[in-house]
Amino acid sequence: MPLLSLVTFLPLVGAGFIFVIRGEPAIVARNVRNVALWTSVITFVLSLLLWLDFDRTSADFQFVEKVDWIPSFGISYHMGVDGISVLLVLLSTLLTPIAILASWEAIQTRIKEYMIAFLVLETLMVGMFCALDFVAFYVFFEGVLIPMFFIIGVWGGERRVYAAFKFFLYTLLGSVLMLLGILAIYFEAGTTDIPTLMRYGFPAGMQTWLWLAFFASFAVKVPMWPVHTWLPDAHVEAPTAGSVILAAVLLKMGAYGFLRFSLPMFPDASAFFTPLIYVLSVVAVIYTSLVALAQEDMKKLIAYSSVAHMGFVTVGIFTLTRQGIEGALFQMLSHGVVSAALFLIVGVIYDRMHSRLIARYGGLVHRMPLYAAVFMLFTLASVGLPGTSGFVGEFLVMVGAFQDNTWVAALITVGIVLGAAYMLWLYRRVVFGKLVRPDLMGIVDLSRREVAVFAPLVVLVLWMGIYPMSFLEFVGPSVENLIEQYGTARAGSSAPSLIELAAAAWEQAAAVAAE
Amino acid sequence: MSYMLAAPEIFLAVAGMALLMFGVFRRGQGVRAVAWLTVLALAVAFVLVWVAPDATGTAFGGLFVADRFAAFLKLLVLLASALAVIMSLDYIEREDMARFEFPVLMLFATLGMLMMVSANDLISLYLGLELQSLALYVVAAFRRDSLRSTEAGLKYFVLGALASGMLLYGSSMIYGFAGTTAFAGLAATIGGAGAAPIGLIVGIVFLAAGLAFKVAAVPFHMWTPDVYEGAPTPVTAFFALAPKIAALGLFVRVMVGPFGDLVEQWQQIIVFISIASMVLGALAAINQSNIKRLMAYSSIGHVGYALIGLAPGTEVGVRGVLVYLAIYVFMTAGTFACILCMRQKGRMVEEIADLAGLSKTHPVMALALAVFMFSMAGIPPLAGFFGKLYVFLAAIEAELYALAVIGVVTSVLGAFYYLRIVKLMYFDEPIEDFDRPLGWEMTGVLAVSGVVIVLFFAVPGPIVEGAAAAAAALFPG
Repeated sequence: MPLLSLVTFLPLVGAGFIFVIRGEPAIVARNVRNVALWTSVITFVLSLLLWLDFDRTSADFQFVEKVDWIPSFGISYHMGVDGISVLLVLLSTLLTPIAILASWEAIQTRIKEYMIAFLVLETLMVGMFCALDFVAFYVFFEGVLIPMFFIIGVWGGERRVYAAFKFFLYTLLGSVLMLLGILAIYFEAGTTDIPTLMRYGFPAGMQTWLWLAFFASFAVKVPMWPVHTWLPDAHVEAPTAGSVILAAVLLKMGAYGFLRFSLPMFPDASAFFTPLIYVLSVVAVIYTSLVALAQEDMKKLIAYSSVAHMGFVTVGIFTLTRQGIEGALFQMLSHGVVSAALFLIVGVIYDRMHSRLIARYGGLVHRMPLYAAVFMLFTLASVGLPGTSGFVGEFLVMVGAFQDNTWVAALITVGIVLGAAYMLWLYRRVVFGKLVRPDLMGIVDLSRREVAVFAPLVVLVLWMGIYPMSFLEFVGPSVENLIEQYGTARAGSSAPSLIELAAAAWEQAAAVAAE
Repeated sequence: MSYMLAAPEIFLAVAGMALLMFGVFRRGQGVRAVAWLTVLALAVAFVLVWVAPDATGTAFGGLFVADRFAAFLKLLVLLASALAVIMSLDYIEREDMARFEFPVLMLFATLGMLMMVSANDLISLYLGLELQSLALYVVAAFRRDSLRSTEAGLKYFVLGALASGMLLYGSSMIYGFAGTTAFAGLAATIGGAGAAPIGLIVGIVFLAAGLAFKVAAVPFHMWTPDVYEGAPTPVTAFFALAPKIAALGLFVRVMVGPFGDLVEQWQQIIVFISIASMVLGALAAINQSNIKRLMAYSSIGHVGYALIGLAPGTEVGVRGVLVYLAIYVFMTAGTFACILCMRQKGRMVEEIADLAGLSKTHPVMALALAVFMFSMAGIPPLAGFFGKLYVFLAAIEAELYALAVIGVVTSVLGAFYYLRIVKLMYFDEPIEDFDRPLGWEMTGVLAVSGVVIVLFFAVPGPIVEGAAAAAAALFPG
């Protein structure tokens, strides 16, 4: 059974069904919601087969499918997952039904287009994590922009048009440079098949340019400081479910790109640019944490905290230690769950009061005890309290960073302290205190639907925090294999010094310019 | 027997004359019949080209060549012309342009284009080009009581005549220094001499300038926005479709055919006009409020991308140009079908702002136009992305990195104005509804082009392989 294709394209089939639903508006809306939810739930259940059948001892790609696509170029439709991607696939399939359920009542206009956009988005996200051919990868990677553009632009807040354009053009500018990199790879290696290219060994000068081309794309996606400015705008304006998917999955695409492409294919350049990544990540962690402290809009605060948390991920990846990379992957999953939950938490009170300003709230614990408890759990997970998923990821990243560069480890610790500051302060201002505003007197606690939305996320955060091995056992062999190959490639390339590498890159540029 | 190679052209010429007679005897009554017969004639010519892909060789004493390259372009030209005629049907009746000469003139223009892509000599090149241009001058000014239309026709004529003059001057220089006008003879002279005399190079520059004018590449693009805006909309659609393909095909054949060995000489020209076209197409379109002017700048930009494929002068590059053109036909035809549907209270509207809220009033049309806009912006998985992929592939292979980087950056700039249209349709509230019904001809054109654009990624084979075979025909051995 072509499981990966099934998981990838089933949502598209659901979207097709929704497209042809006709009739009375009220009935259409109900049917559309149900079809969307059930499609995504079935997709999730199917994707659980990946969890069950995945061979946790192997670093190879599994569930591989390969069919010729454009044979004259040797481009194939090649799908497969390894330990690095399989959990990200599951994250995407888990969060789509949650996002759909979270928009059940919040979205009342153009419900049909909304659900189609989310299902198409799911297809593209899953396909992106499974694709093992560069052209297919790029198609999925870039295609994500279209549904997200609509989600922000049609169902977003007041400045939605500005945010949608900024999101689209920023990301597009990064990705087109990667496209040129992919074409250059094709001519150098004669193939776009990712597993083949991971063992190819590019010349040192070329690696530098290719690394930069890919960096342009992934740095915008992650997003790394200073190209993160699209993120707060996009998050604030997007509808709740849009923010959830954006924070939980789309941000992971950049980090996934670093792990899947930059490290194995351009090891020398990765080593060369590691200081750059460290500096940008440390700035991101500290600077955006400070910016988050100053925010008055809850969604913006969480958006800036995402940039800071993704800074940990990029540090972890480039430590090139087993703990660091596993920590980065774990942090990606953890941030996926926690930031999704935090955006949903903001969404809950936004649906009731139609305001995201922190100053509008206060003392919610008196009327909404259950909500306060859930909010507390995810606040602490975001801070990194032991026993929650946030702790494991951050701890492993710190262990990795400490081995590679003590200063980096010390500086990102500052970020953790600041993270605790802004999250706990946010919590205090919104939940604690006296309930003085008259319009908050009648606010109601979580509905059953909302409980159903949060329940899986609560379970997951605790499971990941208490017994992380059920997740780490997936990634272990793949990460080990990645580091081993990286080591061989670095040794085999006679480890050029930084200056030699830069000189080689300049020579190549000069040669091209001379032609 | 060699006349058989020109069977589609001969058939079209005879059909055109017969239709003229038919129209005269019906005393201007049967415009619709003439139009449909024109489509039929184009379809028959299409079949004639389709069934004989291996009919290769030269005819008329080497003036005319039939090969896979010409066949591929002829199919595109015939398809584009047929789509343009179909799209004009309702319009000419509504806008009081219903004279039977209109479709017949388009038929003759198409015949000229077929001659252009099969030209094997500077003389036949010029003949084909002029047959096409003369017919186009007339259709541009076809609404003779409209000031804008006549102005467009006159502008097109004056500037077109100037371009023809440059082209002829270049041809005479080439003849003077090479001693022949036949493509094969030119290739032999240049290949034998090793380096070309400076006079010949000057001739090539003039020839390239004339051709750049015909494809509307910067800096010879000035006429495009005015003519696109002024000409009746179906004529604009026709201009954006068929002549572009034929002229670009001709450009490719001339440059890589007889002057293929001089690629280092003309490459810089092509790189320059390609970059200039992409940049101008992207920047100048941003501030347009008239959708036909916007499409004019958009088409200038697209020519720039197509020329990226010509710049390396390689087989991969030519294939890129051909794939790009094939996809361009469908995107443009679909977009113009949408533009032709923009009617309010029985009259045409052309402001981009009139599209506001289209997704609420005409969801299917809005979806189709959004697909075309995203495709033109080059966003995967739509076909426009693959068109760009194939030309950039050629540029990277030839190590024209600067050209490729500028190309992708301008494609991001260009995405802005395509997105603006999507934004108007989906994010804004409707002001005034468009008239219904859209007409089944428009719906058909929209459906066909939409399906091709959306599903190209699943079955790229027919177009890509056809283009590959066509490109191979230009590079024997």
